[in-house]
Amino acid sequence: MSDDDHHHPAPISPVEARARALEELLTEKGFIQPGLLDAVVSAYENDIGPMNGAKVVARAWVDPEYKRRLLADGTAAISELGFGGPEGEHLVVVENTPAVHNVVVCTLCSCYPWPVLGLPPTWYKSPAYRARMVREPRVLLREMGLDLAEDIEIRVWDSSAEIRYLVLPEPPAGAAALDEDALAAGVTRDAMIGTARP
Amino acid sequence: MTGAAALPRRNGELAFEAPWQGRAFAMALSVIERLGLPWREFQRRLIDQIGAHPDMPYWECWLDALERLVIERGVVAADELDRTRPGR
Repeated sequence: MSDDDHHHPAPISPVEARARALEELLTEKGFIQPGLLDAVVSAYENDIGPMNGAKVVARAWVDPEYKRRLLADGTAAISELGFGGPEGEHLVVVENTPAVHNVVVCTLCSCYPWPVLGLPPTWYKSPAYRARMVREPRVLLREMGLDLAEDIEIRVWDSSAEIRYLVLPEPPAGAAALDEDALAAGVTRDAMIGTARP
Repeated sequence: MTGAAALPRRNGELAFEAPWQGRAFAMALSVIERLGLPWREFQRRLIDQIGAHPDMPYWECWLDALERLVIERGVVAADELDRTRPGR
């Protein structure tokens, strides 16, 4: 390495330095392999994300029998589409109806159905979201842009134990005219958490 | 190109804000699998860190939890970790 004063990288933060030091230590001990870490990072940056859940939702919208299986056993039903793995072992799908709106939170940390939604967004992990969604869901949802009439029941699902939840949104108007791919393209991550509607 | 600008942006949003977060995430999964433990063994330590340090950024809580896990399970010794870490 040369002493090149003209191309200093930005100094790394203490927490980043700790992460690197831990990785080096674990690698020296043969406990982890950097190549395998690369593969995990790549999977969660590219392959595992809400586009998976959107396919599940679209399938449920077009196929009533699939929807029935999905609501009965989320883990088994998503595996039919090839989705599964960590944090998907106990998946429960909760269905929105004209009378009921579901929303998911993890009050204690960040539990989230990785196989169908990938990793959670920063706001989902924030102390404000975690505390307020169970306390004042209607107010918080309105602040987040979802204004629900008072006569719609809001069910808040806390993922802090083993179960991971996915919201099955109601199909949008005009859904019958669209094929599965077009339907999936309109399903947002936030709709599957319950903080938005398609 | 390095830094946050180079991270892939699938699904319209970054999975990790910085590469070290992705490494820390993958390390936790790898360590848990290597130890043959259920995920809740990491999760409960994460919950402890978040509860004890409500103002600490999430991924720093994550790293703290991971360090505790590897020390408590005897994978590394506390002083090994301290030696490699600057300013802690």
